[in-house]
Amino acid sequence: MREFGYRRADDVTGAVALLDADPGARYLGGGTNLVDLMKTGVERPARLVDIRRLPLDGIELTDDGGLRIGATVTNSDLAAHPEVRRRCPALSQAVLAGASGQLRNMATVGGNLLQRTRCGYFADVTKPCNKREPGSGCPAIEGEHRNHAILGASEHCVAVHPSDMAVALSAFDAVVSYQTADGPGELPLADLYLPVSDTPHRETALPRGALITAVTLPAAPVAARSRYRKVRERASYAFAIGSVAAALEVHDGVVRDVRLAFGAVASRPWRAHAAERALVGSPADAEHFAAAADAELAAARPLPDNAYKVTLMRNLVVAVLTDLAQEAAR
Amino acid sequence: MHPSTSSTVTLNINGEKHQLSLDHRTTLLDALRERLDLTGTKKGCDQGQCGACTVLVDGRRTLACLQLAVAAEDQEITTIEGMARGGELHPVQQAFLELDGLQCGYCTPGQICSAVAVLEEHAAGWPSAATEDVRPEHGPPELTDEEIRERMSGNLCRCGAYVSIVRAVARAAAQQDESAKEEAA
Ligand SMILES: Cc1cc2nc3c(=O)[nH]c(=O)nc-3n(C[C@H](O)[C@H](O)[C@H](O)COP(=O)(O)OP(=O)(O)OC[C@H]3O[C@@H](n4cnc5c(N)ncnc54)[C@H](O)[C@@H]3O)c2cc1C
Ligand code: SF4
Ligand code: FES
Ligand code: FES
Repeated sequence: MREFGYRRADDVTGAVALLDADPGARYLGGGTNLVDLMKTGVERPARLVDIRRLPLDGIELTDDGGLRIGATVTNSDLAAHPEVRRRCPALSQAVLAGASGQLRNMATVGGNLLQRTRCGYFADVTKPCNKREPGSGCPAIEGEHRNHAILGASEHCVAVHPSDMAVALSAFDAVVSYQTADGPGELPLADLYLPVSDTPHRETALPRGALITAVTLPAAPVAARSRYRKVRERASYAFAIGSVAAALEVHDGVVRDVRLAFGAVASRPWRAHAAERALVGSPADAEHFAAAADAELAAARPLPDNAYKVTLMRNLVVAVLTDLAQEAAR
Repeated sequence: MHPSTSSTVTLNINGEKHQLSLDHRTTLLDALRERLDLTGTKKGCDQGQCGACTVLVDGRRTLACLQLAVAAEDQEITTIEGMARGGELHPVQQAFLELDGLQCGYCTPGQICSAVAVLEEHAAGWPSAATEDVRPEHGPPELTDEEIRERMSGNLCRCGAYVSIVRAVARAAAQQDESAKEEAA
C-alpha cells in the first residue's frame, strides 16, 4: 500500500477545503471499499480526509413527508430506522440484502453510492482495464463476464455497479446533495452516474472534490408498498447477479402507479422507465408484468456468458410485482 | 508539501488506553496483533470477506481488517480478550463452550464478537434480510434459526461448525431473555 497522510475533518467546510488543496486526497467514509482497494494498489491516494465523524449522520423527515438521509449515516442505521422502514421498506430491504452486519455498521451512505465495481480485472492491477487504466482494454468482454452488464454498456467497459442501496434509491427519484469549495449543489441520482461511452474511468457527474452531504427521497406514497428482491449465488453475504426494487399501486385490478429499478445489470442502478410506462393503466397480472419486463429488456445486449440475466430479470420482475399485487389485494 | 504518513494515536482497548506511533497504513487488526500482542482477533482473508477479525467498536461489530487504526482513535474497542467480566465468561462464550460451537477454533473469536452484537441488534429491534416484513408496525422479528443464520452470515467457518454455532447463539439469546425477565420481576 502506498503511504498516505491522514486528517480527520472537523466540519464540512474544512473537509472540502482539504480536498480542494490536494489533488491526491480522497474522502474516507467507512473505508470498506477504499481501504480494500488501497491494499491491492487499485487506489493510491496521497492523503485521506476522514469524514466519518462529521455531523452528517442524521435522518430527518422533510416538510413534504420525504426523507433526508445524511451522508455519514451508516448502512445499519439507515436500514433500522423506523421512518425508512415505514415509508420505503424496499430501501431498508435493499441495504439489509447487502454485505454483512459488520460491513453495514462501517459503511456510509455516501461511500455506498461511490463504491467501485467488483469486476475482477478492475481489482487486479496486473491486468488491463479501461476503467482503472484508460486505453488499456477491456478483458472482460472476451473473458470472465458472467456478472457483467446487459444494459447500457459499451465496447470499452461492461462492468456493473454493485450497490443494492442505490437501486432502491433510484426507484424513488433520490436527489444527491453535495458541497464543494464553491458552495453547495444537487444532482438527481438519475444523473449522478455518467454513461459509460468511451470514458468508463469517469464514473460520476460530481464536480472534483465534491463531498456528498445527504441523499433526499421525495415523498412518494407508492413507496410505502415496496420491495427489494435480490438474486445471488449463495443465500447471503454475496453481491447480486440481478435485483429489483419495486413499488406498486393497484385500483380495481389496474396499475395506478409503479416504480421499478434493476440492479447488477448496468454501470449504474437501472431505472426501468420503459417498463413503468408500459404498466400504468394496464391490468395488474402476470402477463402484463412480463410484457413490461420485455419492454425494458428489449434494449439488453448480453454477452455470451451473461445472457441468463435477461431471463432472470424478467422472472424477477414478474415475481416481485405479483407479490406486491397480492399484498395490495389483501 | 508532503503530509506526514504516521501519527501518535491513542487506542482505547478493553478499557485500557494505549499510545502508539502508527504508520497510517496500519489496520486495527495489525495494531492489535502485531503491536499490542492481542492475538485473539484473527486474520482470515484480510479483505472483509470472512469475519475472523470481528471486534466491537463503540459497541458495533466491525471488521478490524478494513478499519484503519488511526481512524478508530478514541473509540471504545472491545476484543475477545475483553468479553469476560470479572473472571466470568460472557454468556455467549459460555454457550459456545457448552454446545461445541467450534472445531478448530480459528473463526471463534470473530463468531463470538459478532454474536454478542447480534443479540444487541436484535434487542434494539433491528430487522434483517430474513425478516418477512420490515415495517415497524410488524414489530421486532423473533430470533429464529433462520434469523440467526442470516445475521451471522458475515462470519464464515471453514470447519463448517454452523449447526452448533446457531444453537449456541440461540441458547445465549434465550438466556438473555430469561435474565431480562428475572430483572423485571
Ligand atoms: C465482502 C464484501 C461484501 C459486500 N457485499 C455487498 C453487497 O452485497 N451489496 C452492496 O451493495 N455492497 C456490498 N459491499 C460493498 C459495501 O456496501 C461498500 O464497500 C460500502 O457501502 C462503501 O461505503 P464506505 O463508507 O465504507 O465507503 P469508503 O470505502 O469509505 O469509500 C468509497 C468511495 O466513496 C468515497 N466517499 C465516501 N464517502 C463520501 C462522501 N460523503 N462524499 C464523497 N465521496 C465519498 C471515497 O473517497 C471512496 O472513493 C460489500 C463489501 C465487501 C467488502
Ligand atoms: S468491464 Fe470495465 S472494469 Fe471490467 S475489465 Fe472491462 S473496463 Fe475494466
Ligand atoms: S480478516 Fe477481516 S474479514 Fe477476513
Ligand atoms: S471452527 Fe474452524 S474455522 Fe470455524
